Amino acid sequence: MRALTWHGKHDVRVDTVEDPEILNPRDAIIRITSTAICGSDLHLYDGYIPTMQAGDILGHEFMGEVVETGPKSTLLKGQRVVVPFTIACGSCYHCGKHQYSACDNGNPADNQDIGQEMYGQPMSGLFGYSHLTGGYAGGQAEYVRVPFSDVGPIVVPDGLDDDEVLFLSDILPTGWQAAENADIEPGDTVAVWGCGPVGLFAVQSAFLMGAHRVIAIDHFPHRLELAKKFGAETINFEESKTYEALMEMTGGIGPDAVIDAVGLEAHGFFVDNVVDQIKASLFLGTDRTHSIRQAIHACRKGGRVSMPAVYGGFVDKFPLGAFMEKGLTLKTGQTSVQHYMPALLNAILEGKIDTTFLISHRMGLEDAPKGYKMFHDNQNEVTKIVLKPGLPVAAQ
Amino acid sequence: MTMATDDAPPTTSKLKEERANGIAAVTQSKGDDLIGRSVTINRPRDELFAYWRDFSNLPSFMDNVERIDILSDTTSHWVMKAPAGRTVEWDATITEEKAGEWIAWTSAEGADVPNSGRIEFRDAGARGTIVTATIAYDPPAGVVGKVIAKLFQREPAIQARRDLRRFKQLMETGEVATAAWTQKQRDEEKV
Repeated sequence: MRALTWHGKHDVRVDTVEDPEILNPRDAIIRITSTAICGSDLHLYDGYIPTMQAGDILGHEFMGEVVETGPKSTLLKGQRVVVPFTIACGSCYHCGKHQYSACDNGNPADNQDIGQEMYGQPMSGLFGYSHLTGGYAGGQAEYVRVPFSDVGPIVVPDGLDDDEVLFLSDILPTGWQAAENADIEPGDTVAVWGCGPVGLFAVQSAFLMGAHRVIAIDHFPHRLELAKKFGAETINFEESKTYEALMEMTGGIGPDAVIDAVGLEAHGFFVDNVVDQIKASLFLGTDRTHSIRQAIHACRKGGRVSMPAVYGGFVDKFPLGAFMEKGLTLKTGQTSVQHYMPALLNAILEGKIDTTFLISHRMGLEDAPKGYKMFHDNQNEVTKIVLKPGLPVAAQ
Repeated sequence: MTMATDDAPPTTSKLKEERANGIAAVTQSKGDDLIGRSVTINRPRDELFAYWRDFSNLPSFMDNVERIDILSDTTSHWVMKAPAGRTVEWDATITEEKAGEWIAWTSAEGADVPNSGRIEFRDAGARGTIVTATIAYDPPAGVVGKVIAKLFQREPAIQARRDLRRFKQLMETGEVATAAWTQKQRDEEKV
C-alpha cells in the first residue's frame, strides 16, 4: 500500500510499504477514505517529538471502511467507521472509569519503558505519534490495522459525509474535553488561546456548556474571523496587549476559565519565548510555553485552567507562584475520545455542532508531503487539510 | 538483620544488603541479583493464579522463554532464548505454594543460571489483584557464563517488568498488544 512516512525534520514522503494484517483477535483492517493532517502532526514534522523513527507512518485522524476483521472484532465488513486516535482496551481499570487516554494496555509492553522513565507511568497507545505512544502505524495511508476494534471505532450512520464526522477522531472531542475541563458555569467568561481546530471547537463547546462570553486569542486574522462566526470576541496579540485587553474586557476580574489550545510551539516574539527557543535548540529545555504562562497570569483568582495543548518535556519559568497564590485548578491530558464520540455524533446529527467549516483543503494521499509544507508555511489560510486516498494527484 | 524504619518493600531499599534480606525472606535465594515488581490486574485473584500455576502458559507473555515443559505437578523444564540462536535450560521445582495466593520455585542443581522466584497474588478490591514477582538469580562466571549472562543483561529488571505488563494485557484484554502491522514484523520483534 501507499503511506505517508516520516524521515526526519521537514522530510515526509509517500512510500510503498507492506499492507497491514490482522494480528490480534480484536483487530480490524480499515480502508482509509479520509484522513486529516493535525496541528500536532506539525510537532512531528518540526522534529519536536522524541522517539520518532525513519519510516514511521503518520496520521491519527482517520476514518474508512472495514475490510477485514479478527474473530473478536464486533465490526462488520463494509461498515463505515471513525477511529479514535487513542488506542484503548476497554477492560482495564482506567477504561472502566472512561479515562480511555490513560489505558494501561494500548501501548505495547516494550514501548512502555520510555514513558515510565520520562513520566513515571507509561503513556497509552496512540496512532502515528512516535514510539513513546506505542509506535503504531498511523492512518495517512491506504489501509491501517486498528487494535481493540470492538471498543474504539464508531459506526457512521448512513447519509453523513466523511467531512461531517471525520473530526470525531480527535479534534472535536479534544475541543469538547478542553471546555469540559474548564468546568464552565453559566455566565462565565472563557478565554481560549489558539484558534486552530481544537481552539475553534473549544469555542463552540464552551458556548454549548453555558459560557456567557468566549474571548479567542490568536494572530492569524482568518482564524480569528472563524472564531467570531461562532460568537467569540477576539484579541489579535500582534495588535493588542493580551493581558491588558483581557483585564479590560472582564472589568478587571480576569477570565473565569482559560484554555491553552496552542501548546509547545507557541508563536510570537516574546522574551520568554525566544529564550525557550534557544534552550530548546540546546536541549536545555524542550517546550516553548508562552501561552500557558500568559493564561495562568490572566486567569481570575480561583479560576480554572484547561490545557488541551500538547506538551512533551520540561519547562522552567512556570508561574507556580501565581498558580498557588490565586488558587487555580489545572486540568489537562490526552483526550478520552471513546468517551465523547457517541454524544458528539448526536450533536452533529442534530446540527448543534458544525465541523465542515474547518476544512480548507482536500487532496490525494500522494500530495500529502505538499500538504504538510502548505500547512506548516501558511497557518492563516490553511485551517485543515483532509487527505482522500481516492483523489488523484493535483496538477502542478 | 533489618534496619529499615519505613514501610517500603525491601526490594526498593537503597542498601544492597537490605534488598538481599528482603529476597531471602520470600525465596530460596542464593543469588545476589534480585528483581521485585508489582502490577495491578483488573481480574479476580483465582483466575490469575490458575493461569500462572500452569507453567506451560508462561511463554505466552514471557518473550525470552522459548518453552516450558511440564514434568510433574511441581517440576518443569525451562528453555530460555540466548544470544546467537542458543538456549539456556534448567529444571525448576515448585518448593511451596498456597492456592490462589502464591507460588515459590527454585532451579534444580546444575542449572545454567541458578535462580529462584516467588509470585504473589493479593486482592486489590475494585481494582482487581496486585501481582508481585520476586526473582533472584546468580549471574554465571567464566567465559561460557559471559555468553549466558548476556541474555540476562537484557536488563532482567526491565524484562520482568515487561513480562508482567504482557501478563496484564493478556489477562485484561485477551491479547498481547503489538504495534506491528504485519505478522513478519511481529515475529521479528520477539527475537
